[in-house]
Amino acid sequence: MSAPHRTPLSQVRGLGAARSGTSHFWQQRVTSVALISLSIAFVIIVLLLLGRTHAGVIQILGSPIVAILMLLFIFTTAYHMWLGMQEIIIDYIHDDWMKLMLLMTNTFFCCAVGLACTFAILKLSFTV
Amino acid sequence: MTEAKTSAPRARPLSPHLQIYKPMLTMMMSIAHRITGATLYFGMIVLAWWLISAAVGPNAYANVEWFMGSIVGRFILFGYTWALTHHMLGGIRHLIWDLGHGFGAQEREWLAAATIVGSVGLTIALWTVGYFVMGGPR
Ligand code: HEM
Repeated sequence: MSAPHRTPLSQVRGLGAARSGTSHFWQQRVTSVALISLSIAFVIIVLLLLGRTHAGVIQILGSPIVAILMLLFIFTTAYHMWLGMQEIIIDYIHDDWMKLMLLMTNTFFCCAVGLACTFAILKLSFTV
Repeated sequence: MTEAKTSAPRARPLSPHLQIYKPMLTMMMSIAHRITGATLYFGMIVLAWWLISAAVGPNAYANVEWFMGSIVGRFILFGYTWALTHHMLGGIRHLIWDLGHGFGAQEREWLAAATIVGSVGLTIALWTVGYFVMGGPR
């Protein structure tokens, strides 16, 4: 396909209209691949904790292997869902101000949720 | 380069709107992937609430346990389980496509069916395991 409006430089850079090239797409894939095993780990951890007392739960959640798997799941998910929701917002919201507001809200939400979960796991790990 | 010189805009084909298509399984699955992604997004609030309560102490944790044991809580957990398994299998389907496979007419239908059957099956299996972990029939 010929693209007369694109300069030779822009074609060599290959960054496209969003100026970030395929990095959004690629990061979505990398986080997806990671999330396959991390989600399985997460589900197994939840099953392990079902029906336990509070003392039992915090002991398991605070143990190094479980805590590390939970942290990996939390970081990867926070980033993956940030990218994913960005995509949804850009697809449906065409008003510039609304879009800006929602994109910012998405960033705040993902940071807040990710940090809250991380803090809780770290607190459990270092107090048990 | 000739395009820039034409004065009248050429009639361009319009993409048909969504309502015009006959609903197809593969299309439903595409929508379902997005809806389950958004569900899991908000489901992270529940995860945060659970973890923070565990970190705060036994009383806060008892509240979460009470809520998750209620009908509404169980409904949310069941929905979350299905959303996660469905989105994960749907995600694997996307990754298969990204590797350049699974685009054939039968393959697409087969993958879509496998995603539904797999996610419903996995959800039931997980809840069966959970039921016995919780002590089974009492
Ligand atoms: C709790 C964890 C997860 C959350 C919160 C989440 C959230 C999301 C969201 C909001 C989207 C955007 C949906 C869209 O653009 O239509 C998305 C897309 C995607 N997710 Fe997830 N996801 C999670 C787990 C997973 C897992 C386990 C996989 C496994 C493979 C996965 C694979 C994908 C893929 C491939 C896409 C892109 C689909 C596309 O290109 O349209 N996700 N996710």
